[in-house]
Amino acid sequence: MPAITTKVLVVGGGPGGYVAAIRCGQLGLDTVLVENGELGGTCLTRGCIPSKALIHAASQFDEMRCAAQQGGRFGISLTQPPLLDFAATGAWKDGVVAQLSGGVAALLKRAGVRVVKGWARFADAKSCVVDTPDPTSINAEHVILATGSVPVELKFLPFGGKVITSTEALSLAGLPRRLVVVGAGYIGLELGIAFRKLGAEVAIVELQDRILPLYDEKLVDPVRRWLAAHGVEMHLTARARGLDEAGDALIVEMGDGATIHLPADKFLVTVGRTPLTQGWGLENMALTMDGGFVQVDDRCHTAMKNVWAIGDLVGEPMLAHKASAQGEMVAEIIAGKRRRFDPVAIAAVCFTEPEIVSVGAGPDETGAGEIIVSSFPFAANGRALSMGAGKDGGFVRIVARKDDHRILGIQAVGQHVAELSGEFAHAVEMGALLEDVAGTIHVHPTLSEAFHEAALDGLGHAIHKASARSPA
Amino acid sequence: MGTYIFRLSDIGEGVAEAEIVAWHVKVGDRVEEDQVLVDMMTDKATVEMTSPVSGVVQALYGEVGTFVPVGSNLLEFAVADGAATAAAAPAAAPAQAPAPVERARARAPEAAPARRAPAAKMSQPDSLPLASPATRRFAQERGINLRFVPGTGPAGRITREDVEAFAAGPASAGQARSPLRAKRTGVTETKLVGLRRAIAERMQEAKRRIPHFGYVEEFDMTELESLRRALNASKATDQPRLTLLPFFMRALVQTLPDFPNVNARFDDDAGVVSASAGVHIGIATQTDRGLMVPVIRHAETLSLWESARELIRVTQAARDGSAPRDLLSGSTITLTSLGALGGISTTPVINRPEVAIIGPNKLVERPVVVAGQIVIRAMMNVSSAFDHRIVDGHDAARFIQALKRLLESPALLFVESH
Repeated sequence: MPAITTKVLVVGGGPGGYVAAIRCGQLGLDTVLVENGELGGTCLTRGCIPSKALIHAASQFDEMRCAAQQGGRFGISLTQPPLLDFAATGAWKDGVVAQLSGGVAALLKRAGVRVVKGWARFADAKSCVVDTPDPTSINAEHVILATGSVPVELKFLPFGGKVITSTEALSLAGLPRRLVVVGAGYIGLELGIAFRKLGAEVAIVELQDRILPLYDEKLVDPVRRWLAAHGVEMHLTARARGLDEAGDALIVEMGDGATIHLPADKFLVTVGRTPLTQGWGLENMALTMDGGFVQVDDRCHTAMKNVWAIGDLVGEPMLAHKASAQGEMVAEIIAGKRRRFDPVAIAAVCFTEPEIVSVGAGPDETGAGEIIVSSFPFAANGRALSMGAGKDGGFVRIVARKDDHRILGIQAVGQHVAELSGEFAHAVEMGALLEDVAGTIHVHPTLSEAFHEAALDGLGHAIHKASARSPA
Repeated sequence: MGTYIFRLSDIGEGVAEAEIVAWHVKVGDRVEEDQVLVDMMTDKATVEMTSPVSGVVQALYGEVGTFVPVGSNLLEFAVADGAATAAAAPAAAPAQAPAPVERARARAPEAAPARRAPAAKMSQPDSLPLASPATRRFAQERGINLRFVPGTGPAGRITREDVEAFAAGPASAGQARSPLRAKRTGVTETKLVGLRRAIAERMQEAKRRIPHFGYVEEFDMTELESLRRALNASKATDQPRLTLLPFFMRALVQTLPDFPNVNARFDDDAGVVSASAGVHIGIATQTDRGLMVPVIRHAETLSLWESARELIRVTQAARDGSAPRDLLSGSTITLTSLGALGGISTTPVINRPEVAIIGPNKLVERPVVVAGQIVIRAMMNVSSAFDHRIVDGHDAARFIQALKRLLESPALLFVESH
C-alpha cells in the first residue's frame, strides 16, 4: 500500500478545502488534498456556479421571449419566440464548470499541493486510507476537514426517479414540462424561478407561511411579486406527504387540512443541506459534535489537537465564501500565524428574481439600542431605470445605530444587486458610519448610488427622495 | 543560495526540551559564524546557541517562552552554496517539527481549544469592537484583545495607532495628567519566561509536594562572632574575609553524619530516599535574573578558609551567569541567608528534592539572661524547614540543637571530627 506522510492533509476539494490547500502550499507546508469527485466541490460543480449559469441562460431566454411578445421590449422585438436547446444550455454550463475546475487543479498544482483522487476513510484522527486503485494510506500532522454538505432527504419523499436534488436539477437531460419544488428556501426559489423563465410550469410547496424565511418580509416582497406575476403556483403552509401511488403527483396537505395532488415531471426537494459526516470515519476521530456539525472554536480547531474543520461541516451559514475564509485562516494558523475567525458579517445573496443581498443585522435583529433604518428605492435610481430594473420594488436599506451612526446591517433587493454585496460587506466589516458612506462619492450612473442615497436618508437628507427624518 | 536549518542540538544531561528565552537575531539579519543566535534554557541552565554558519536568517521557529524539543528546527538560514547545506539536516528529522514563523515571530502558543465560538451564529455587529479587518488582524498578531483597547476614531473606532499605543503601555498613551498625584493606571503583563518561570514552577512543586515542617531556634553567636572577628583581623591578604556561612558549612559537615536522612534527596515519585555520605551544600543566591542555587560539592573536604573561598567562587559564578550546569545541581542540603536583611524569622522553601533547608536570620545584640545576669549577647535566630515525610520533628529538633551546640561553642568545630 503506498503511504504518504505529510504536514497537512485536506479532506474535500470544495471552496473550503481547495482554498485551504492552496494557502498551505503558498506558506510552504507539505500538503495533500483528497477529493472524490471533481475539484471545486458542491459550489463549483453542482451548486453556485452551474446554478448561476443556468439562471443566466434562463434570464437571457426570458428577455428574448419578452421581446417576441407583442410590443417587444426597449423597442426590440423578435418575430419569433426564441428556441431553447436545453441540452446545449447544459453543455455550455458544463463548459464553464470544467474550465473553473481545471483552473482549480492548475492552481493547486502551482501551489505544490498533491491531489489524491478518491474517498478517504479515517482510522484515527491523523491517518486515513484513500480508495485509490491501490489504496493509499495518508498520515498527517494536521488534518483539515472540509467535507461539506449534502441535500437533506425527506423520508417520505426519498431521492430517486422523479424526486431529485438540486444536483440532478442542474444536469437534467431535458426541460421538465412541469416542476414541483418542495421547500421555498433560496435554492428552491433560484432553481424554480430559472425553470419558470425557461418555460416550465412551476409549483412551490412550503411548510411555513412565507417564502425565504431567513429574510424579512420587505426584502422578500419583490420576489413574491415576481412569482405571482409570472404564474408560479405557490402553496404555503402546505406539507408535502409523498408521491401518489403512480408516482406522478405530490400529495400535499394544506393548512386547512385539505389534501391536493400536484402532478409533475420532476419533484425537486430543496429543504436544506446537512453536513456530510457519514461514510468517511468521522466516528473514529474522537471529535466533539455540535448537533449535526463538528464543533470548532474560533480558530476552527476541533476537540482533537491539530484537527481542523471548516465550511458547511462546522455550521451555518453554509456558504462557500465562509468556507474559503476559514480555509485560508486555518492554513495560516498551521503555518504559525495568530488568527481568529472574527468576521463582523458574512454576506448572503439569493440569485432570485430580483436578487436579494443581506449583510449584518436586519431591522429586527439588532438587539438593544435605538436604531435608524433608512432606505432608497431603485425606482429613483437612474441606472436601474436605464436597465429596466427600476420597477420591481427593489431598494437598498441600511440599519445603523442611532447614537453614533455605526452601520450594523445593509440589505438590498433588486436586479443585479448581488454585485453590491462586496461594498456592503466592506462597509460593515470596516465599521463604517452613515457619514462614511455619505462621504464616499459613488459613481453616477450606477446602482451603488442607491447605497449612497440610503446613507444620506439615514442622516435625514437624501437628495432624490424626501427623507422622513429631519436633516442632521 | 542554499538553506541551512539550525536545529536544537542535544545539550546534554538527558535534556529533552529547552525553552527559548531570548532571540538575538531576527528574520532578515545577516549572521556570521559563531554569532550568538538564541538563549535556550533547560531546567538547569541557560545556554547560548551560536551559529555554525554565516548567512541570512530566513525564519525563526517559535517565540520566547516556547518549549522546543531537542532536534527540532530553531532557525533557517539562507547560506552560500557549499558544505554547510549538506551538513544541515541530521538524518532523522523530527516528525513534529513546528512550522516556521513566517516573516515574523508571531507563532501562537498552542492554545487550549477552550475558546468556543458558536459556529452557527454570527455575533451581533454592535457587540463587537469597532475596528477594520486590518486593525483586527494587527491586534490578533500581537495577542491584544480589542475589547480592552480604547478607540479614538469616530464612534470609538479603534485605529491601528490605538492598538500600538495600547501595546506600548499606558506611559505612551499620551493622556494628559497632572504631575502631582496622577492616577496610576494600566497593568503590565509579563509572560513568565526563563529563570523566573523555572523558579515559579520549582517553588510551586516544592510547596505542592512537600509537607514543610518549620523550626526556629535562637543561637547565641557571641563566641563565634569574636572568633570570626579575630580570624578576619589576622587573616593573610590572600585569604577571603569570613562571613558566618563558612562556619555554618563546617557545622553542617560535622553534624550531618549523625543525621543521614537530613542530608538526602527524596525521589517522591519513586518513593526512594537517597541519603548522601558527601555533603553538597546548595547556597541560595540572589542574582540579577532571580534566585539561583549553586552548589559547593563535598563540603566535608574543605577547611574553613577553603569553604569561604568556595562560597565566593560559586555565588560569583551564579551572579555573573558563568555557572555551568553541574554547578547548579546535585545539592543535598541548602543554606539560605538574607544576611543583614535576614529578619527575625523566615519560612524557607525546601530546594526539592532535598529534605532540609537552613536559614540563618539577622544577627543582633540583645540583652539576655545568662546565669541570673542580664548581659548583652550577639543573638541570631536560625530558621529551618524539613520535609516532614522524611524527617520527624524530634530528629529535626535534635539536628538543629546539635548545630547550635557547635556554633555556640565554636572551638568544638575545630576539635571534633568524624
